[in-house]
Amino acid sequence: MSDSPYVQLLDLAKQFGKVRALDGLTLNIAQGELVALLGPSGCGKTTALRSLAGLQELDRGQMIVDGKDVTFQNASKRGMGMVFQAYSLFPHMTAGENVEYGLKLKAHKTAADKRRARSAELLEIVGLSSHRNHYPHQLSGGQQQRIALARALAISPKVLLLDEPLSALDAKVRTQLREEIRRIQLELGTTTLFVTHDQEEALSIADRVGVMRNGQLEQIAAPAELYDRPSTSFVAEFVGLTNPITGSVSGGSISILGKTLKTLPGSVTSGEGIALVRPESIRVKSSASGTARVFSTSFLGASCRLMVTLSDGTRITVQMPSSESIGLTAGESVELSVLDMPVFVKSAA
Amino acid sequence: MKRTWKVQLWRRTIMGVVALYLLLPLYSMFDFSTKPFGFADNGRTLRAWKVIPSQPDLGVAIARSLITAGIVMLLILVMIVPTVIWVQLKLPKLRRPLELLCLLPLAIPAIVLVVGIAPLYRWISINLTESPITLAGVYSMLILPYTYRSLSAALDAVDIHTLAEAAQTLGASTFRMISGIIMPTIRTGIINGSFIAIALVLGEYTISNILNYKTIQVVIAQIGRSSGNVAVAVSLASLIFVLVLLLLVPSAKRRQEVLDVDLA
Repeated sequence: MSDSPYVQLLDLAKQFGKVRALDGLTLNIAQGELVALLGPSGCGKTTALRSLAGLQELDRGQMIVDGKDVTFQNASKRGMGMVFQAYSLFPHMTAGENVEYGLKLKAHKTAADKRRARSAELLEIVGLSSHRNHYPHQLSGGQQQRIALARALAISPKVLLLDEPLSALDAKVRTQLREEIRRIQLELGTTTLFVTHDQEEALSIADRVGVMRNGQLEQIAAPAELYDRPSTSFVAEFVGLTNPITGSVSGGSISILGKTLKTLPGSVTSGEGIALVRPESIRVKSSASGTARVFSTSFLGASCRLMVTLSDGTRITVQMPSSESIGLTAGESVELSVLDMPVFVKSAA
Repeated sequence: MKRTWKVQLWRRTIMGVVALYLLLPLYSMFDFSTKPFGFADNGRTLRAWKVIPSQPDLGVAIARSLITAGIVMLLILVMIVPTVIWVQLKLPKLRRPLELLCLLPLAIPAIVLVVGIAPLYRWISINLTESPITLAGVYSMLILPYTYRSLSAALDAVDIHTLAEAAQTLGASTFRMISGIIMPTIRTGIINGSFIAIALVLGEYTISNILNYKTIQVVIAQIGRSSGNVAVAVSLASLIFVLVLLLLVPSAKRRQEVLDVDLA
């Protein structure tokens, strides 16, 4: 990895009518890194990706890829490989022809025999060598997206751009394909920007995940850090589940459920605060004198999720290993405890 | 079981009625064209059909009309198709105005159109050429409502924006994207639109007659003045000719059969 980031998006801004899709977005991506942009719809993540592809003009900002300013470069000359949310294979071409298409064009002109070899290689990588002569309508959704991935990779793109490529697929295929995308990305070392609204997808395959909100990057960090140490209440609440539990804050810690926990940077510093506690940070123990009651349980295999009603009527979600939840049933009196992990505390107002 | 039988019967009845409605006039034309029309004729005769090749002007008129139709088709390919694609892709705000513009020829009666366009054609015939092929200009306007419809239906059926963007990111220029990706994708719509246009051009009478150009329909009408039987034989022949042409439209090869689909 070189000193300066491979991809630099600097202060990008774009307005659509009254909607500010990008509002000073700055993002760096290192070479070979997979960065996922995560956010609710309308947060500007797709606009950011399309800008980098050259499909969206910007109002302001600069984009540098591999040391070159590409801000005003035409999409056809940027050398970005893109996989779209909608199926985008050319319907009149076979899978093989689709993969070879970019290599026939002036920008990536390749001799016929090399072209064939390259497309064979990529079809092999995505595991569809035997489907070379199939037309898109003869392929399933997952297969089409794999061919689209092979097509985008065939031109040896500077950056691979994935615009929610899995969102049209069913759950099983989605999980399978996202792992495959990660494998291929690591194998080829392609710098990748992946846009998704599915947090599980982002957290499971990205080196770093950027959470976007209102056209800006709210926080960007490695998945575990983002999950365990959110820097804003938006990130805490958007990524994963949280239970809002009220307590009093003082000196960088909050007392809830009879325990004093450290607060994360960015939290409320004094007075009343709401701690955002992960379901798996809470433990439940059967106790006749407990003030909380189990409302419902759902078995998830390795873990078990319980809804627990507190004495004041608030309901919280607890997720714990199935082995520890054996015997807990709805209506049972329980005692709650919380694991000693720093939490993010937002203002109670 | 009983219900499907009834549905079948109902369907066939409708088909039968429609077929009768369409075929009866054609049969009547054939019937009329084989009736005796001279003192020498004795009963049914195919004389009206046999004299078709020897009709003066007919061969030339057919050739001219076909050339005109060819030019119209070319104009559709190089002007109308790219324009409609461009508007759909890049200027969506112009879609409504363009649609309206393309429908105008339907709203304006041919006779009114001729009155408006006659001075232009007078000038063309004096200063440029008297060839009826120049009618390709006015015809390419007349066919707009039909061609536009079939093109826009084809464009609406696919996500051309995504296809266009995919082609662009792979390095395609705008020209290559339109000619190499979008046009082949809506191929069926283009073919259908072109063939409707050809049928229209070969069947057009009002404009060419008033402007005094001898196209196929004008010549048929001329023949009709000297011999009704021959005129009907020629019209029937030209109808069948156009019908055959239209049947040649590659039957929308939407390879719909899914051969090999598995999970992932």
